[in-house]
Amino acid sequence: MASTYEKIASTTLTSTVASVTFSSISGAYTDLVVVMNPISSSATDSYPWLQFNGDTGSNYSRTMIAGTGSAAESDRSTNSTQGYFIYGNRVFTDASFNAILHINNYSNTTTYKTFLARTGAASNRVESTVGLWRSTSAITSILFDLDTNSFVSGSTFTLYGIKAA
Amino acid sequence: MPILGTVASQFSGKSFSSFESIATVTVTSATSTISFTSIPATYTHLQIRFIGRSSYNTTGQDNLVINFNSNTGSNYAEHYVAGNGTGTDSGAQSSITSIPLRECLIRDGNTSSMFSAGIIDILDYASTNKNKTVRALFGNDRNGAGYVALGSGLFFATPAAITTIAFTVESSRNFVQYSQFALYGIKGA
Repeated sequence: MASTYEKIASTTLTSTVASVTFSSISGAYTDLVVVMNPISSSATDSYPWLQFNGDTGSNYSRTMIAGTGSAAESDRSTNSTQGYFIYGNRVFTDASFNAILHINNYSNTTTYKTFLARTGAASNRVESTVGLWRSTSAITSILFDLDTNSFVSGSTFTLYGIKAA
Repeated sequence: MPILGTVASQFSGKSFSSFESIATVTVTSATSTISFTSIPATYTHLQIRFIGRSSYNTTGQDNLVINFNSNTGSNYAEHYVAGNGTGTDSGAQSSITSIPLRECLIRDGNTSSMFSAGIIDILDYASTNKNKTVRALFGNDRNGAGYVALGSGLFFATPAAITTIAFTVESSRNFVQYSQFALYGIKGA
């Protein structure tokens, strides 16, 4: 039986950049998975987010749950111009932030795109998020950015494709 | 604006030979049950990745229901923790007749293009000497409402290997067109 879990692209930063983009993503897979271990130039307000296909419209929303170490909480955002896959979690300067994102059926042109994320930072919190991009377009690019600050050297981002039979 | 771009199509795929597609069901018209049968015991773990939507024509969401090996006895248990955007919830049930993924599936009264998503792992599914454990991450967001959850389930009927998996919607509702469930096998060393 054919292998179906493939690395599509991977980036390890060697310098400071404002954002990271996976572009020209083919429609050859069923799902996408992104694994990241980014490092911020500052721990202040380094909230990460994504955009699909360069869409900067108010087409993103999300619902999340978190454990802060002392309480559980939930939050949502609506009509955002960025796809936040966190709430209170942040990218820190010590590489403690990690995330895995699942984008199921990313290339269909019928449904809006729902993505799932698990993020953690041992010094901060653990979160799970479901996000929505209100577009029926196939996803061909994903941009990752921070509210403020930049990604620095040593940050890693890897994109995988999973192909169903 | 991005200042670093990775052109994904320029990378030749590096595959992971331990993760294989077994079968996929794509719903073309409303159907009550999505089943995977005759699952071979050649893998160590199973993973199901899906998008789905319930036919119930109202807002809100429905449970996704899981049964193994056609067993509908009181041989299942579950725990979950969830958030709906304004509050959190946690619960558990023991000796139940299926594993419910609570509030998993968007109902058909919501915006038509919205679908739920999830990933379900079934660990050591082919073991013949222990119970079977399930873990899941699933959710739906509807731009102003939503639900995200982590679930854990147990199937303790017999130590038989899992050979069939059936997914249904609570209250005998249907999956709508474009729902898709893909079953993968993950090999051990």
